[in-house]
Amino acid sequence: MSDDDHERHDGVGPGAEAGHYARRIRAMEELLIERGVLTKEDVRRQIEYMEARTPANGARLVARAWVDPEFKARLLSDTKAAAMELGIDASGPVEFVVVENTPEVHNLIVCTLCSCYPRAILGRPPDWYKSFNYRSRAVKEPRAVMCEFGFEPPDNVEVVVHDSTADMRYMVLPMRPPGTESLGEEELAELVTRDSLIGVTVPREPARSS
Amino acid sequence: MTAQRFKPGDRVRVRPEEKPGHVRTPGYVRGKEGRVESVLGEFRNPESLAYGDPGLPERPLYKVSFRQEDLWEGYPGPAYDTLYVDIYEHWLEPAREETP
Repeated sequence: MSDDDHERHDGVGPGAEAGHYARRIRAMEELLIERGVLTKEDVRRQIEYMEARTPANGARLVARAWVDPEFKARLLSDTKAAAMELGIDASGPVEFVVVENTPEVHNLIVCTLCSCYPRAILGRPPDWYKSFNYRSRAVKEPRAVMCEFGFEPPDNVEVVVHDSTADMRYMVLPMRPPGTESLGEEELAELVTRDSLIGVTVPREPARSS
Repeated sequence: MTAQRFKPGDRVRVRPEEKPGHVRTPGYVRGKEGRVESVLGEFRNPESLAYGDPGLPERPLYKVSFRQEDLWEGYPGPAYDTLYVDIYEHWLEPAREETP
């Protein structure tokens, strides 16, 4: 495998020394290839698969759900099928669950045991999602964590934390921001941030026209 | 399909066991009581699946809700804040007594 390929999935820039885990992963990868468990082509395809997935997929699903109540019902009941309607292939062994924010309930997603995340839709999780700090505090003091992201759920809203410990992967369907009645689906999707799909914050509000 | 031991609404307690290996039941809910919200299906057991075993028979997986107040002493938020964890059946037992 060329150095370029390694840089892409190690996150190691040119000239930088690979860290302990990066070197260990590389050694395991080489062994798996040597023993014929994986091929270089498998590794390359998996990197391409992951890089083709971004939070923009989640934003499209949310924006469609905001403008089409029937799609929203399908997104909540059968996420994989709803995603496929928009050309997002989330097929695979793990199940997806979309949890809906309402005026009464705000949802927050964490994986305290590792970094489970709806990768088949959103791609790789942000680094902070994998940090010990987030994983330990999101379950114990979720409101303080959200506050650090600049969002404070009102006291009368129930905060529900989902610890994705098993076979389900969770994504938040945030509430449509106020003042967006005139916006089309694409403009709405631009308001939906990755962090609002995890639930640490809410979507952007549209820029006010002067 | 195996018969499922619990149904939505049941009060359950997470077994307070210590167990090495690829256990997907977080330590902070062990020994705690919660409520079955839904049955998520049946899945291979990660505790053996992770070690090259097929992980069979499949285990029922439940979404269990806990009151944050019951998990953390001095939880800094309203009493109605909740936490949901997905837990395999072999980690659950009926709650010892009805909680109001």
